[in-house]
Amino acid sequence: MTRHGASLLQAHGVSAVLGGTEVLHEVSLALPSDQWTAIIGPNGAGKSTLLRVLAGLLPCAAGDVQLMDQPLLRWRTRERAQRLAWMSQQGESAGELSVRDVVHLGRLPHLGLLGTPAAEDEAIVQQAMRQTECAAWSERRMDTLSGGERQRVLLARALAVRAPVLLLDEPTTHLDPPHQVALVRLLQRLAHDEGLCVVSVLHDLSLALQADRVIVMAAGRVRADGPCSEAHVRQAISDVFQGAVRIERIGPQDQWVAVPQLPRE
Amino acid sequence: MASARRRLLLTLALATLALALCGLVVGSEGWSFGALTDPALRQVVWDIRAPRTAGAWLTGLLLGLSGAIAQGLFRNPLAEPYLLGSSAGAGLAVVIVLAAGHAGGQAFQLLGADALLRLGLVGAAFVGALGGVSLTLLLARGAQRSTTGLLLAGVVVGFVLGAMADLVTMAAPEALRGKQVFMLGTTGFLGWTSCGALALGALLTLPPAWRFARALDALALGEDSARSLGLPLPQVRMLMVVLLALATGTAVAQAGLVAFVGLVSPHLVRSRVQAPHRFTLMASAATGGVLLLAGDVLARSVIAPEELPVGVLTAVLGGSYLMWLLHRRGAR
Repeated sequence: MTRHGASLLQAHGVSAVLGGTEVLHEVSLALPSDQWTAIIGPNGAGKSTLLRVLAGLLPCAAGDVQLMDQPLLRWRTRERAQRLAWMSQQGESAGELSVRDVVHLGRLPHLGLLGTPAAEDEAIVQQAMRQTECAAWSERRMDTLSGGERQRVLLARALAVRAPVLLLDEPTTHLDPPHQVALVRLLQRLAHDEGLCVVSVLHDLSLALQADRVIVMAAGRVRADGPCSEAHVRQAISDVFQGAVRIERIGPQDQWVAVPQLPRE
Repeated sequence: MASARRRLLLTLALATLALALCGLVVGSEGWSFGALTDPALRQVVWDIRAPRTAGAWLTGLLLGLSGAIAQGLFRNPLAEPYLLGSSAGAGLAVVIVLAAGHAGGQAFQLLGADALLRLGLVGAAFVGALGGVSLTLLLARGAQRSTTGLLLAGVVVGFVLGAMADLVTMAAPEALRGKQVFMLGTTGFLGWTSCGALALGALLTLPPAWRFARALDALALGEDSARSLGLPLPQVRMLMVVLLALATGTAVAQAGLVAFVGLVSPHLVRSRVQAPHRFTLMASAATGGVLLLAGDVLARSVIAPEELPVGVLTAVLGGSYLMWLLHRRGAR
């Protein structure tokens, strides 16, 4: 078990290079349990790259990443996979596999290639499918699903790992508004009720502003880090998006939202 | 879904039995069901038709399995067993042995050596197939980096070794006929010894393929997702390449380059059922067996007492079905 609020994942001065270009510059951050963090920024800001570095899928050119106080790459591959689940931005087709087959893959870090799923694994898979509302069509082929449905399956696959750290790359891109809201509620619940360290890259700013903490990135650097209630975070958002959005509080719950600033004709 | 899988397995089992029976009763004289009870023909059935039928089934089994492994590993429905240089390697080795055999001419005949040449061809084809794959691995610097790199290396090795085989054939045109037989694929030389080698190949490849099939399921989600699930990607890739090379090498060594079975078998399975790779691999192997059994029976009977090259028939059968499948999908 992890300590309440303990830092599960840390990056120390991390830089990363893609195709000979440095796309992350000396990023340092600590990501604790019980918290949902949203990473935002314009296209090419290095958000997905940061997530891949944190997941151990891309090597650091400089600096290092620590998972539960141990260098990420020193963990055995399977042990790391049990503690850190990652959901890709664009899953591949997985055509002939059924939804259930794909979600079952989430148990692979625990079972290994040769293990046989037990009743407990089946229960976890069922719960993950219920959480993302894909249990009703668990026998359908992946290539018959819409983008949003596929995204919910891939999220269920990540949830089925039952890892204390959950890294999600743009989990809401193809979702309709009701499912976007359901996802936000789910991420909040996972962080606050189940104590997970949830980190998600999001393009929808209004959804991202509901997170406990917002990391604002631009040109491979962290420009601001904190809850949206802090003025410097809101200012950084306005700056990195070149004034194209205004952050406001609206509604009876005083929610933060990002309003596009349309130039007058 | 489970019932669709059961139906497919039952169909494959019945087709295998029916075609195996056909294989025992069809010969150069045409169809003769009396052959099974006729004491005079029992020898022919036991020594020639039975091993040929069993050998054709086992060869198809290995090709179907390696086709499914290739398509799973490369996540490409056009992938086939010969992609990693095994066919070109085997082809070159066979041509070299044929050219050397003819160059050694007289000495070879004195040694009595049709059997020796045949043994040499089988061994050379096997070594050549594995050599072609090893060269591909060498060029791709192992299976460490990317699957695309492996695929490109296989294509390059295929072209280079193919060109070398052409050069040898130009220098020793007598090898051309033998090379053609090898390139078209034939079940005509399969005896009990071949069956032993093919069965060993099947025993060495089918169980590990079954055990490690979930790796291909994980790979279907993409390499990053597979790695994030704790899959040791380089080792998994290497294991799959070894299984692919072993299955293809064994089949090619015994029956030459039988076309299309490896490519079409997984498609036939996927057109009938959706299933994880554990099922797809095994069902593709069984489908490959059925396809080559059918090809063998037709090869013997269509223009009896002459024979057609079985590879031509499998290409016609498998290709036609694939075209129909594509047409049907396009029409939907």
